[in-house]
Amino acid sequence: MSIHSIELDPRQIRRRKQFNTFFSAMIMTLAVLSVIPLFLILTHIVKEGFASLKPEFFTSLPKPVGETGGGIANALVGTFMLIGIATILALPVGIGAGLFLAEHPKSKIGELVRLSVEVLQGIPSIVIGLIVYMICVKPIGNFSALSGGIALAIMMLPFIVRTTEETLRLIPTTLKEASLALGAPYYHTILQVILPAGLNGIITGVLVSIARIAGETAPLLFTAFGNPYMNANPLKPIASLPHLIFTYAISPYDDWHALAWGAAIILLGFILMLNFGARMIASKFGMDHSA
Amino acid sequence: MTTVKTFNQRDQLFKNTIMLNAIGIVVLLAVIFGTIVYSSKDSIAAFGLGFITSKTWDPIGMTFGALPFIAGTLITSILALLISLPFSLAIALLLGEYSPKGKITGFVRSMIELMAGVPSVIFGFWGLYYLVPKIRDLEMWLMQIPFLENAGILPYGVGILAASLILAVMIIPYSSSVAREVITMVPRALKEAAYSLGSTRFEVISKIVLPYARSGIIAGVLLSFGRAIGETMAVTMLIGNANELPQNIFAPANTMASVIANEFAEAQAGVHMSSLFEIGLLLFLISVVVNLIGRVVIHSMNKQGGQS
Repeated sequence: MSIHSIELDPRQIRRRKQFNTFFSAMIMTLAVLSVIPLFLILTHIVKEGFASLKPEFFTSLPKPVGETGGGIANALVGTFMLIGIATILALPVGIGAGLFLAEHPKSKIGELVRLSVEVLQGIPSIVIGLIVYMICVKPIGNFSALSGGIALAIMMLPFIVRTTEETLRLIPTTLKEASLALGAPYYHTILQVILPAGLNGIITGVLVSIARIAGETAPLLFTAFGNPYMNANPLKPIASLPHLIFTYAISPYDDWHALAWGAAIILLGFILMLNFGARMIASKFGMDHSA
Repeated sequence: MTTVKTFNQRDQLFKNTIMLNAIGIVVLLAVIFGTIVYSSKDSIAAFGLGFITSKTWDPIGMTFGALPFIAGTLITSILALLISLPFSLAIALLLGEYSPKGKITGFVRSMIELMAGVPSVIFGFWGLYYLVPKIRDLEMWLMQIPFLENAGILPYGVGILAASLILAVMIIPYSSSVAREVITMVPRALKEAAYSLGSTRFEVISKIVLPYARSGIIAGVLLSFGRAIGETMAVTMLIGNANELPQNIFAPANTMASVIANEFAEAQAGVHMSSLFEIGLLLFLISVVVNLIGRVVIHSMNKQGGQS
């Protein structure tokens, strides 16, 4: 393609075109190949776990070693409780901080907060487990659902801040100005005009962030810890789907493996549903938070 | 007048509240950092800088050095990046450059999004019962090759290779989405100029798109590296948990994250626990630095793209 080769050699052109076709085919092949592990995982989980999915799977507790059957009711309750605690803790702070960032995008404090959010998002989940062990499990004296929820809340927080900020920034300033011009006070404008206008975006963000923490295991290892019995006391150790999958997966018992495969189907289905719901809301209102 | 005044007061209260929330995040980060440094102090006092260079990890003799775990983390993460890079780049080029709207593209995109949602523990579970037996067969086969008899390969199945393979699959969605983002930032005018001069698509990609997006792609690799080193569950389940320096890529090892996951619950308060905290501190610092560098590069590319 340099200036010297003004006289084009047809053979060279053919070679270039052939190589181009080869390259395109290679890109396509590599891209499609990378999807194969996902199919292997999905078929494997369904094959191994489908047999466990009986009604009692959802209503009963795991059976002791050696007895077949049993269920994961304790882990289902635990996962919902952990998610509930995490959401209650992370949501107000996250939305408040996101509001602040959207309202003061260029302020010094805003820059500092944004940096903190990015750092927070980069902390490995196992490290968050360590921290919560120190500041929560140790003072309480035992593992608890509350500390598991706090660990998950810390993981959720940066994501909620960012989606709130991004959503609110897309809302036209004219909306805010119109409200203020009508004499509505500032807090009224934010709570009654701006937040409702961005509600769908915020809900999408919350659903996606719940989907992200629902499968987290590492921060729960030394906080919620796991519990073979039913528990609804936030100050006691609690089971959860991902933690149950982990402990049963590395156990040597086939019955427990079967339970874990079944739990994997449920967990994956739950996460897919959340992501799907988030995408439905996002596409309905012309937003895209999937990236 | 009184109503206006109360409105003003409420406004002030509201502004203060959201500012407090925002500052709360900075405080949270400070508490996190302070806690982990404070909890590592016994280990820092006992071993100093030697903690990073010593390869003895002996909970009974109370001597702790993190070198095997630092090495394990670096080897698994870098191996995973090398394995995943061609695939991530191919996906990024397909979605960002070749056909952002085609049927195959749509299929690949939704599958990759699905993959991003699969929890680490499920990857690990699958790896343990699908991948590990296959790797064990491979190791058995390798042991029979005369040339490799003394290479020290044992048919464990679990080990660095298993962990790296699963890690590679796990980071593909993330690294391909970062790479796609920077590839779509390449100005259209540049590409069209090259096409109008008679370039083929491959030539546009290799001579315009990739050079332009180079720093962004490197930043993406860095961000994926940051992701990979902190990955805990799947690696813990597959790496085989050996607290020694690995001799080859089939050997069992431990990463910084996996040793914490394995030993923390049973660790005695004192130097052992404090050493695990110091490993957490190192992991924290490396991830933060890697993440911030990656993000700064991508932000600066974003600004460039906006101007041109």
